[in-house]
Amino acid sequence: MTPRNQRMVAIFAVIIGVSLSVSLVLKALEENINHFYSPSDVVAGMPTPDKEFRLGGLVEEGSFIRTAGDLTANFIVTDLKTNVNVQYTGVLPDLFQEGQGMVARGKLSSDGIFIASEVLAKHDENYMSPEVKKILEEAGHPVDSPLPTKAYTD
Amino acid sequence: MIPEIGQLCLVIALCFALVQFILPMVGFWKKNIILGEVAKPSAHAQVLFLLLAFICLTVSFLADDFSVLYVANNSNTALPTPFKVAAVWGAHEGSLLLWSFILAIWSSAVAVFSKSLPREIVSLVLAVMGAIAIGFMLFILLTSNPFERLYPIPIDGGDLNPLLQDFALIIHPPMLYVGYVGFSVAFAFAVAAMMTGNLDQKWARWTRPWTTTAWLFLTLGIALGSWWAYYELGWGGWWFWDPVENAAFMPWLAGTALIHSLAVTEKRGLFKSSTLLLAIGAFSLSLLGTFLVRSGVLVSVHAFASDPARGLFILVFLALVIGVSLSLYAWRAPTLISNVGFKFFSRETFILINNLLLVIATAVILLGTLGPLVFTALDLGTISVGPQYFEIVFLLPMIPLVLMVGLGMHVSWRSMQPNSLLRRLYLPALLSIIVGILAPWWFFGASSFLTAIGIIVGVWTILSALLDPIRRVFGKINRISRSAVAMQVAHLGLGMVVLGITVTSAFSIETDVGLKPGQSSTIKGYNFRFEGIRETFGPNYQATQGVFAVSKNGEDYTEMRPEKRIYRVRTNPMTEAAIEANWGRDLFIALGEPLGDGAWSLRLQYKPLIRFIWLGCLVMALAGLLSISDPRYRKS
Repeated sequence: MTPRNQRMVAIFAVIIGVSLSVSLVLKALEENINHFYSPSDVVAGMPTPDKEFRLGGLVEEGSFIRTAGDLTANFIVTDLKTNVNVQYTGVLPDLFQEGQGMVARGKLSSDGIFIASEVLAKHDENYMSPEVKKILEEAGHPVDSPLPTKAYTD
Repeated sequence: MIPEIGQLCLVIALCFALVQFILPMVGFWKKNIILGEVAKPSAHAQVLFLLLAFICLTVSFLADDFSVLYVANNSNTALPTPFKVAAVWGAHEGSLLLWSFILAIWSSAVAVFSKSLPREIVSLVLAVMGAIAIGFMLFILLTSNPFERLYPIPIDGGDLNPLLQDFALIIHPPMLYVGYVGFSVAFAFAVAAMMTGNLDQKWARWTRPWTTTAWLFLTLGIALGSWWAYYELGWGGWWFWDPVENAAFMPWLAGTALIHSLAVTEKRGLFKSSTLLLAIGAFSLSLLGTFLVRSGVLVSVHAFASDPARGLFILVFLALVIGVSLSLYAWRAPTLISNVGFKFFSRETFILINNLLLVIATAVILLGTLGPLVFTALDLGTISVGPQYFEIVFLLPMIPLVLMVGLGMHVSWRSMQPNSLLRRLYLPALLSIIVGILAPWWFFGASSFLTAIGIIVGVWTILSALLDPIRRVFGKINRISRSAVAMQVAHLGLGMVVLGITVTSAFSIETDVGLKPGQSSTIKGYNFRFEGIRETFGPNYQATQGVFAVSKNGEDYTEMRPEKRIYRVRTNPMTEAAIEANWGRDLFIALGEPLGDGAWSLRLQYKPLIRFIWLGCLVMALAGLLSISDPRYRKS
């Protein structure tokens, strides 16, 4: 091969390599994007069937049911407008409580129950995830400052 | 009074930073070297006044001065004293003060340890660092003042977040910041080189020890953060591809590439452009990390307060730093052409490919980290990128990279005959393939393609790193230079990390169970019998403690006591996992919640070789230490 041809081959190899890897990265990205939905979004049918997504909202007061000795828990997540039934098997995070915000990752089952594979922990008892806060605001229930207001003057 | 003194000190330090920045720059402009001479004393004065400011804040914490807003928010009379000190950098305002303080220490260190450097270069480097210091101190004074007073004065404080009341968290932020901020030295050297147009092998030799020092602290900081997440936060996970972790990991990857690029620039006078770009990149990613972590755009344990003004300030600052340095680069880079060549099969090529792959890995992580933010900013909905994305796109460049590390270590500069390399390396290569295929079956009775690849690559790197030391022991080669030893030790650490990650990812056992007292559960030959729970107390918390009798193959082995703590001020429960560790594996129990009838939910885990991950990082940091101790750097 002449040097000129060599260079052409090298350039083509680089172009093919780069486009292959870019498409691979974009495919991986597309497959692993989890959308975030509120209970109202879920009821409106926004999640794609069989695709994992994240559900956020408040755990409805008095909705938490767990048979004694059993790890499977059932509860209702609400945006104070619409409710979604959630089922989770496993150890719940420390700050999981009725009346508190939570975010869970999982899929919808055929009968409309959200099967959570992971329930995300918050990091502070007063802290509410901005996503959950936004959902409640959109549903017409603005939440006060999530921070310990007692010491914040401005 | 003390907080006001602290604030005054901060303002004085800012004034010195202004002097440190403006006068040397004017001096450079006017070709007046005397003006540059003020940089060194200004740097020392700056560090002195920042130290005083830092002490003032610490004293406020120790004295429980809740009239200071920041103290009231992050401390409490019952908080143990070591944590009161750690609380100084436990939240946003104080951690920025620490940032500035560490930057001043670095500047001062440059001023002290640069006796052999041309005065013009030193004053320019210090001027650039002064400019960065101005940005950060303005940021503190305008948006995040830790000395702000509070009225009425609360009787007691809001306490430090219990998650942060932990030994690793006392030292994790300082380590990480020393690393982050340390890249500012490499950045300043790069800017100085571009301004003077003087970028030779001597320049690379000055820059290398500073960069290596920053890198070694960043390595330690990341390892500490991962270790902390493992036992305190993550219920046994050690890396989550959380944006905050990525924020520290990206500068590390860029910094690693920079170290390699600098080595080529020093030894061969090549790769000047990529060295400059990587120096700019590593520091910009450090700033981006600070922005991501501290602006509150991310949901995370690190970002309690979200304030758009802060985010905007850092974003503008970031844009300025990147904009100015890249413009300077675009203007100056064409003058930096080197006219030495190298053959395809040479160490230069290997390092080039290594850096390319590191940059690709950084770019894909950046994409996954910033993608969701862009998505939200464009109002396209809220998304998150799952950890699988990062696992896939990170592994793709990493597998070939680590494979080549074992080769590249033994390739000589300029050119080499592939045959002589093959003769030297076929034995370790063969050995690692055998181990990679057989060991998983031998130890765990299972394997997979990816697991075998991971173990082969890990063992290969370790053997390749040990090859020369072994040959030295048998008298086959003579003395190995300090820098070569450091390089081998660093790659040994890398091999350990790869091995640890592979084995722990492939063979960890994790189960959630519900147990009543007297019941037991068995994983991997270890039987965990739940004896019951009892109540205990700590200085500022009370705890429910689960007692577990662990037996191995029917014989009593140990007792483990995981806790569920309730801190008195911030009343959220905290899980303190019980961990039984040795070289080969960790046993891990975390107490969940009561399930009724005396039963508790529990997470039991068996984590083989997980210690290798952090141990490998320690070995890498040790290599950094070896490298900077090279007497070559102290010759003028």
